Amino acid sequence: MTITGWLQALVFFAIVLALTKPLGLYFARVFEGERTWLSPVVEPLERLIYRICGIDPAHEMPWYAYALAVLAFSLVGFVYLYVLLRTQRWLPLNPQHIGNMEPSLAWNTAISFLTNTNWQFYSGETAMSYLSQMAGLAWHNFVSAAAGVAIAVAVVRGIARTSSATLGNFWVDLTRALLYIFVPISIVAGLALCAQGVPQNFNAYTTVRTVEGGLQTITGGPMASQEAIKELGTNGGGFVNANSASPNENPTPFSNLLELLLIFIVAAGLVYMYGVMVRNRRAGWAMFAAMSLLFFGGFTVAYWAEAAGNPLIHHLGALGGNLEGKEVRFGIAASALFATVTTDTSCGAVNAMHDSFTALGGLVPLVNMQLGEIVFGGAGSGLYGMIMFVVLTVFIAGLMVGRTPEFMGKKIERREVQFAILAVLVTPVLVLIPTAIAAVTPAGLATLNNAGPHGFSEILYAFSSTNANNGSAFAGLGPNLFYNVATGITMLFGRFAVIVPALALAGSLAGKRAIPEGPGTFTTDSGIFVALLMGTIVIVGALTFLPADALGPIVEHLLVAQGSTF
Amino acid sequence: MLSQRRLERRPHERPLFDRSIVARAAADAFRKLDPRWMMRNPVMFIVEAGAAVTTCYVVRDLATHAANGGFDFAIAAWLWFTVLFANFAEAVAEGRGKAQAESLRRTKSDTFAKRWTNGTIEIVTSTQLRKGDVVRVEIGDVIPGDGEVVRGAAMVDESAITGESAPVVREAGGDRSAVTGGTRVLSDTIEVKITANPGETFLDRMIALVEGAQRQKTPNEIALSILLAGLTIVFVIAVATLLPYSIYAGSRQTITVLIALLICLIPTTIGGLLSAIGIAGMDRVMQRNVLAMSGRAVEAAGDVDTLLLDKTGTITLGNRHATEIITADGVEARDAARAAYLSSLSDETPEGRSIVLLARGADIELDEPAGAAFVPFSAYTRMSGLDLHDGTMIRKGSPDAVLAWVREHGGEPSPELAGHVERIARAGGTPLLLARNTCVLGVIYLKDILKPNMRERFDRLRSMGIRTVMITGDNPLTAAAIAQEAGVDDFLAEATPEAKMNLIKREQGAGRLVAMTGDGTNDAPALAQADVGVAMNSGTQAAKEAANMVDLDSDPTKLIEVVEIGKQLLMTRGALTTFSIANDVAKYFAILPAMFAVAYPSMEVLNVMRLATPQSAILSAVIFNALVIVALIPLALRGVKYEPKGANAVLRENALIYGLGGLIVPFLGIKLIDMLLSVLHLT
Repeated sequence: MTITGWLQALVFFAIVLALTKPLGLYFARVFEGERTWLSPVVEPLERLIYRICGIDPAHEMPWYAYALAVLAFSLVGFVYLYVLLRTQRWLPLNPQHIGNMEPSLAWNTAISFLTNTNWQFYSGETAMSYLSQMAGLAWHNFVSAAAGVAIAVAVVRGIARTSSATLGNFWVDLTRALLYIFVPISIVAGLALCAQGVPQNFNAYTTVRTVEGGLQTITGGPMASQEAIKELGTNGGGFVNANSASPNENPTPFSNLLELLLIFIVAAGLVYMYGVMVRNRRAGWAMFAAMSLLFFGGFTVAYWAEAAGNPLIHHLGALGGNLEGKEVRFGIAASALFATVTTDTSCGAVNAMHDSFTALGGLVPLVNMQLGEIVFGGAGSGLYGMIMFVVLTVFIAGLMVGRTPEFMGKKIERREVQFAILAVLVTPVLVLIPTAIAAVTPAGLATLNNAGPHGFSEILYAFSSTNANNGSAFAGLGPNLFYNVATGITMLFGRFAVIVPALALAGSLAGKRAIPEGPGTFTTDSGIFVALLMGTIVIVGALTFLPADALGPIVEHLLVAQGSTF
Repeated sequence: MLSQRRLERRPHERPLFDRSIVARAAADAFRKLDPRWMMRNPVMFIVEAGAAVTTCYVVRDLATHAANGGFDFAIAAWLWFTVLFANFAEAVAEGRGKAQAESLRRTKSDTFAKRWTNGTIEIVTSTQLRKGDVVRVEIGDVIPGDGEVVRGAAMVDESAITGESAPVVREAGGDRSAVTGGTRVLSDTIEVKITANPGETFLDRMIALVEGAQRQKTPNEIALSILLAGLTIVFVIAVATLLPYSIYAGSRQTITVLIALLICLIPTTIGGLLSAIGIAGMDRVMQRNVLAMSGRAVEAAGDVDTLLLDKTGTITLGNRHATEIITADGVEARDAARAAYLSSLSDETPEGRSIVLLARGADIELDEPAGAAFVPFSAYTRMSGLDLHDGTMIRKGSPDAVLAWVREHGGEPSPELAGHVERIARAGGTPLLLARNTCVLGVIYLKDILKPNMRERFDRLRSMGIRTVMITGDNPLTAAAIAQEAGVDDFLAEATPEAKMNLIKREQGAGRLVAMTGDGTNDAPALAQADVGVAMNSGTQAAKEAANMVDLDSDPTKLIEVVEIGKQLLMTRGALTTFSIANDVAKYFAILPAMFAVAYPSMEVLNVMRLATPQSAILSAVIFNALVIVALIPLALRGVKYEPKGANAVLRENALIYGLGGLIVPFLGIKLIDMLLSVLHLT
């Protein structure tokens, strides 16, 4: 590890920290319907959308109506993208004459983008027309992120409101998240990326003769516009297969830093917004602190493992860190940082090959996803996922102060525990069970490239990633009917099986009265709470996966240290 | 006889592990193995199912003479122990209640009743009595059923119910009219209107309560059970999927080992002790001689935000003392003292006696005038006094009543004493005006005596976040002074039942939970409205029915103890849950390397405890998991150490002990057991 390596991480984090409060205040204004400095431009557009769609912005929804709106919106989005992918061959903006996608892959891809996962069993440059990229994938990149933020806002409202039957209006929250947050920031960031050299055109690919005399196809297309939302919306689906490792998507150190920042800032701002909306900013900071500690913990391990390198290669005389699968222009620190950040959140964009990380370096992204991506987390999904853990922590630890547990003055009772545990149950069910099926069935093993613990890690990673709606991959796993269907299911339930209980929990909390806080009340803004929250996350979240992880990356690490390979 | 009965009645004189209770609990532990019973507790049901499955493997091993038969047998045996230990914990907790119920049942023998039927007395058995019957109870008779005295007054020995040997007065009308079946009349004859049918009497309910026959899970217990069931499902998935994973890794695990891992990971410690904690919490309330009608009430007590405390009897000793007689201008001190003495001679109230005592110190004539007529206090006149033979009238009483009386008799009281009256009231005392005929002689200063250590108690409550409100019939000035002296947070002066009710509703409207005590019939609505209502056993039937707890000692201060027990109960649950979950870390480190020691010898690095063999590692974890339940039974029954402090201080302390302790203890425990197993060559 080097000082410059650490500086990269610290500078990145310092900028995130600096942006957290202003963004959080801005988000709070946006979702509390107050005027912002963007209002003069955006408000007329917002009103126009409401008029066209027949939305009454004053209408409030109870939790189930909110959840139904989310589900209905997602279903329509799914059908739309599926049809688009199945018919792209006959549609315009297809200079490469790319064919229609086969059904199971189209099903998988439509779910993947609908759920903010961006798991890609295809290569963008050979499987997607420009129209599919722009009108299909990018559309979902925007709206799935905005929907996630809307849900997080509704959940926070449930905590903040008292004796209320409603959580807000999904259509309004969705529209505002799009118009006030994702579109403006994407425009600015897209232009900045253009300035760094990311292409933005509708040309067919160019084939050039290189200096060495070989032929190379250089992809083009509307990349910069898609790149910004890919990170900002924690989507992660690359325009091209190499994702942010490709010089077209991520050309410079500055673009790399910008992309890292885009991944974190919405989630970080939302955490502050939570503090503002529940009128306890310290609670927001406490959550921020727990997330920051988990972030630095993950980064330290990943960076250390990558910098330490592979002992087997050291035996061959090539000392130094592990550079396999990394862009040399980014180096070890920036690659480890990117891998940590992209799996802390549900982004899944990559600037290096996670499969080529050392065993422990690869364990970090794996564990991050298995925790449910709550270290800042996906746009919105990180916040409501973390709130589920907060509720569990409050329930377990809250009893220790000698009162029935309270969260922000609201009693955590049977219903709340039920919904929180349901949301937490989703991850083990959707990761461990499909992995178990894949590990012992011919269909699951058929497209596996590696044997031994590393092969196991690849399967485990695939289901951890799709369940958490991350979308990054260890690769080494080819698409087939089994994986197309299985990962489709994990993506689908990984998202909606958490959203529905989270909204139900919020609905239940919103209806409660708040008990005034006193010296005997358990509070969620203390240092001891941060410690307990992290303890709950690690023990409840991570210990579930310890047996599986032990048979994957952990044993691989031990074996490599011993000198075995596969 | 009385004192012996009292010993039986008071379970706090019963050791935690009474021999007879333990013996019966051990038998009950086996009886509770019935799966229909175990189903109520999903965590322990899984353990039982696991034990049953491993037992099948033991049988198979015996049939096939398998090499690892000893290991399977040891695992199966310890899994059964785990279930039995948890059942034992519950049975011990229940046993304490049962022992108490039995001694109560001895009290409840059939008695004969003298029932009024069509104007004549008819002898019937107590079981034939119905609501509305009127019975006559004479000296020496046992009262045949719960009821209200409708005629007469008597001394009643209630020790069978309360354990208190001093007899109490029960009389018709007012707030002391309720009598309980099974108690004995020691003097006089009373007529009692029966208010409960057989089987529904207080004694019946009490027996049912202490026996736990009606015990239902409390809301928090249900929520916690759901959490534990959820965690259990998580670990079932984690362990079940380990079978295919191990097949992939080429090291297929046996079902016995997987079950051992599962049982170690699911929260058996809290799962096994949860119901014992709840029963023991109610039992601790009972040991303070308070009957909680439900576990829910005890749990609610821990959540109380506002305590409404009656001034008299809770904050102050019930009686006030005369400390000073201030004379009016031109009145001689001895003259006033003599008048005060005479006015109180026949006044048997503690206040009256204290005035006599004070006056005696003033060197006055102590003879009693012949032919004087005593004028008793009434709520209407608010005065008492004496009419002497010579026509002199002496009165003492509330200032405005006495002033009005003086004016009525043609006197023109001078305003000079008004200042004293107000000063006394402001200082929290009660001023009594003393007058003779048309002349006001002076003011008697009655002082409220605070109970000792109340200020510290209220400070402690405040640090726990509980607000105390003093309820008193005094005027606002007096109330403010006493409130300040006692250190309560707020007070309600000139309290009427309606004002009390409104206060409760206001507090509840702001989201707070309210606890109060009461005894009178007019307290009943407020007792019912309050989240925790403690009725005094000396109170009326209506009050007792409205409340969710009854204090058999009729000591209003108990409310504070009940709140502390409620808090302790919740803390114990939280502490053991935390401990149970934190334990999993060490168990993983014991079992995982052991499982894959053959397939991946390098996993030995994770065997941080350096456990001897894979088999001893797994067995040690299972044994630790079973023994920790036994080790924690005393904690579950007694409750965790409780000190009133702010939430964050309590949390920090408990998180350290049970969270961090829960991480570390099993590492040591498992290592120790492993060493023992090795030394004894048991693996």
